[in-house]
Amino acid sequence: MLNISGLQEGVVLDHIQSGKSLDIYYHLGLDKLDCQVAIIKNARSNKMGRKDIIKVDGAIDNLDLDVLGYIDHNITVNIIQGGVISEKKRLKLPKKITNVIRCKNPRCITSIEQELPHIFQLTDETTETYRCMYCEEKYGKNL
Amino acid sequence: MRHMLNPLDFSVEEIDQLLSLASDIEHNLPKYAHVCDDKILATLFYEPSTRTRLSFESAMLHLGGRVLGFSSANSSSAAKGESVADTIRTVSCYADIAAMRHPKEGSALVASMASQIPVINAGDGGHQHPTQTLTDLLTIYSLTGRLDNMTIGLCGDLKFGRTVHSLIEAMVRYPGVKFVLIAPDELRIPSYIREDVLTAHNIEFKEVSSLNDAMPDLDILYMTRVQKERFFNEEDYIRLKDRYILDKETMKLAKENMFVLHPLPRVNEISTEVDADPRAAYFKQVQYGMYVRMALIMTLLEVEKPC
Repeated sequence: MLNISGLQEGVVLDHIQSGKSLDIYYHLGLDKLDCQVAIIKNARSNKMGRKDIIKVDGAIDNLDLDVLGYIDHNITVNIIQGGVISEKKRLKLPKKITNVIRCKNPRCITSIEQELPHIFQLTDETTETYRCMYCEEKYGKNL
Repeated sequence: MRHMLNPLDFSVEEIDQLLSLASDIEHNLPKYAHVCDDKILATLFYEPSTRTRLSFESAMLHLGGRVLGFSSANSSSAAKGESVADTIRTVSCYADIAAMRHPKEGSALVASMASQIPVINAGDGGHQHPTQTLTDLLTIYSLTGRLDNMTIGLCGDLKFGRTVHSLIEAMVRYPGVKFVLIAPDELRIPSYIREDVLTAHNIEFKEVSSLNDAMPDLDILYMTRVQKERFFNEEDYIRLKDRYILDKETMKLAKENMFVLHPLPRVNEISTEVDADPRAAYFKQVQYGMYVRMALIMTLLEVEKPC
């Protein structure tokens, strides 16, 4: 059994779909942090069978919950203070995401104007469909 | 300040007001000759489109305004690598309103976000061409006196034809409109129009391949050109381009009060012998295009309607 100690202060991202932790690691910019980060892959889960977990030692400023919500809104975000969970954040599909995915439509204005932010808007919550703000090209949620 | 990027940006009531103004312009053209005397329209055409550009210029000139602009990317700062946003910021200092045609989708939205003046999307790639849709609406409204309770046949390239997609999206907002979609299998309407627009709004429609069979039911026939530039394979284009040709014989199957529309230019999908038929409305449609652009310029500039 792998043993990773508990946190005094930090963030635990739990119930990550197995195999998605590295995507999240990079999308949240955790690779740029100086603090300790533990990525646990394929942990046993009664609910999910297998899951990934990310533990970040230390408080994170500006944790982008929109990105997390886009990637997987079933993830549990636990804020740890004084060794206990002080807050559980619920995620939802963000209405708008910026520079998380890139528009692949070669006819889109973003294909020639590199400085434009790639903005996608949620157009159908049931099918989790996003459309490019500029050309309205449709994108499924999965990265 | 408002822009016109997508015809659906305007509510049905706002479209009605616009068409009503355009209709008044049609019948009282001299009354509007000086309403934009001190205004300048910039026509920013990053790709050639003689018809649309002339229509905008003619519209502004008829309102008493003046026009400036460019008619290809090569003759603009885009050739030096200037962004759309920077171009429109500059143009905002010179003109009161801008009409922009650009080959890339979403370019008009980018312009509107940086602009200090109203922007009219005069076509952004295969995405939107709202003033063509407004032209089609005004033509149908002027000829039939209504935009509801009618059967519209759309024929030809329903896959790539953006005018067809925009017209469907605009017309489903009116009650009692039915569609007959006439196209070969290869050029059928895209699934997102079929499902997200027609089915989602519970609109009655049928997809057929025979123009002759559909003709007797139609109040409006909207013909389109099979666009050569959309095909990778010349053989496919040649095989499909002559699939539908509207001629005198086919017109005999239509109602006496049916009208034929076409966004133009045509190639051979409407035989020239049909031009003399009183139901051929496609050149009249060009005229309506100018009136509706006049109404749109006035509306966006918030120019008061003269007494």
